[in-house]
Amino acid sequence: MHAIEKILMKNSGKSSIQTGEIVSAKIDFAEINDLYLQTVYSFYEMGGVKVWDNTRCAFVFDHYAPCPDIKSAENHKAMREFAVKNNLKYHFDTNTGVCHQVLAEAGLIYPGMIVVETDSHTTTQGAFGAMGTGCGATDMATILMTGELWFRVPEVIEVRLEGEAPKGVYPKDVVLAVLGRIRADGAVYKAIDFTGSYVEGLNVAGRMTICNMAVEMGAKTAYMQPNQNVLDYVSKRAVRPYEVQFTDKGYHYAESYVFDVSALEPELACPSSVENVHTLRRVISNGDVKLNQGYIGSCTGGRVEDIEIAAKILKGKHIPEYTRLVVIPASREVMLECIAKGYITDLMNAGATISTPGCGACLGAHEGILAPGEVCITSTNRNFPGRMGSTEASMYLASPATVAASMVYGKITDPREFL
Amino acid sequence: MQKVLTGKCIVVGDNIDTDQIYPGRFLAITDPKEIGSHCLCGVSEDIAANFPEGGIVVAGRNFGCGSSREHAPIALLNMGAVAVLADSFARIFFRNAVNLGLLPVVCKDISRNVKAGDTLTLDLEAGTVKNDETGEVFPCEKLGEQAMNILEAGGIKPLMRAKFGK
Repeated sequence: MHAIEKILMKNSGKSSIQTGEIVSAKIDFAEINDLYLQTVYSFYEMGGVKVWDNTRCAFVFDHYAPCPDIKSAENHKAMREFAVKNNLKYHFDTNTGVCHQVLAEAGLIYPGMIVVETDSHTTTQGAFGAMGTGCGATDMATILMTGELWFRVPEVIEVRLEGEAPKGVYPKDVVLAVLGRIRADGAVYKAIDFTGSYVEGLNVAGRMTICNMAVEMGAKTAYMQPNQNVLDYVSKRAVRPYEVQFTDKGYHYAESYVFDVSALEPELACPSSVENVHTLRRVISNGDVKLNQGYIGSCTGGRVEDIEIAAKILKGKHIPEYTRLVVIPASREVMLECIAKGYITDLMNAGATISTPGCGACLGAHEGILAPGEVCITSTNRNFPGRMGSTEASMYLASPATVAASMVYGKITDPREFL
Repeated sequence: MQKVLTGKCIVVGDNIDTDQIYPGRFLAITDPKEIGSHCLCGVSEDIAANFPEGGIVVAGRNFGCGSSREHAPIALLNMGAVAVLADSFARIFFRNAVNLGLLPVVCKDISRNVKAGDTLTLDLEAGTVKNDETGEVFPCEKLGEQAMNILEAGGIKPLMRAKFGK
């Protein structure tokens, strides 16, 4: 059996489980972000009175942090009222950061659990050996009422990442390379298990970046067997006891892909599809790609390690006139550490605009929206038409190092020049 | 629920993501009709205003990829759509659609075989889509038992209300 199957089996109280079977599983933690006031509406429409367990669900206000308009402020107000009424033990207001990051920091994510969030990038939590998956508002309302949700036990695809990353190749480059091969729908309804020596040695931030992007291949969930870095992180934080699950030896994956990480280069997902992946070298060989904006942030590329490399590349330099670089740390904890280490100062001196921890412009809500005809390079997860503003803007997805290097000249630039 | 539906269709492409179905800048809106008025504006601004009531959206592969926003099926329903026929669907969109009573039906290559404005008849039990203009009939996948149970109850909300006796 696969570890994901063991997690689903345990939480559905069954003694065996089959791929393709529909099970109703207990949810260990449920999170509602601030795009989803519909969850509260659906909860009452379905006859909900009180949440099933006030210690196992929370709101995170990250997409509108702080509120850019009256409507989002009204939504926050209604959600706060719901949280108070239900006496929720945990609450993450506009001063905390992106949901996937803040839940992990708060010790609410740990191996062997099922976590459901109203956000597709909940696959991020596979970094911790948890089963994380996103859902819509009404599925979430069902969880708030019953503490359970139905799942189809997914087929599991193995993505084996072997070898050490060469200079200039970061977890974002690795997952873009994977995405270019598996494509945007290659893992729909399935789970992706990232294995191999590269994953075994990877830090928590890098693991989160890779699992985060699994949903861009359509995956229901992602998984990485917890390594020592994860256990060290979780053991200091977890609010509940946990049990690490292991995949049985000889488990037969539905599909397997193998990547030699040591042969990779800096990668880009070019406009306007996440699967339109090319090496940076190839893209710039066709001519300069001039940029109006760089963006470093989000649940994909806004952690300390991401901001650190950007600060190191940009320290003592300055972005060109008439361009801008927006940097949004993924969480309050990330921002505090970056301030303490001087990264924020270095980036501000290089001309960066720093904004409140949260989702920011990643989804086109606020804090870095693009005008028609503008070009942006970003460490986020999606370059769909209109994702960060105008449908006539273009976005290149890249590693934070590539974003920082590119903003030195205001055109897409190979980060290896600065390393 | 109706097992045979007839409606005029529009045709969109591959990888129509939730930002194209319902852009991020409108996510704070909660009024369903207003949500519907912005539907598919990331593809073209004039789709929602001209969409026929009871119409069908025909798409290529991976329809609804991207965000988990339930605004996407809410927008489609309130624009007047009753079904989406596509080569394939993203998982969260599929669940959200079923939960709200919008039919997501897998129908391979349909987007290459019909054109905007054609009247289509979807027969859920037979597993067919007929182009009423040409008489051509295409096979489509039948929805699974779990999805049908929810759809036959009128969506997850009536199902839950029945369960909790409200």
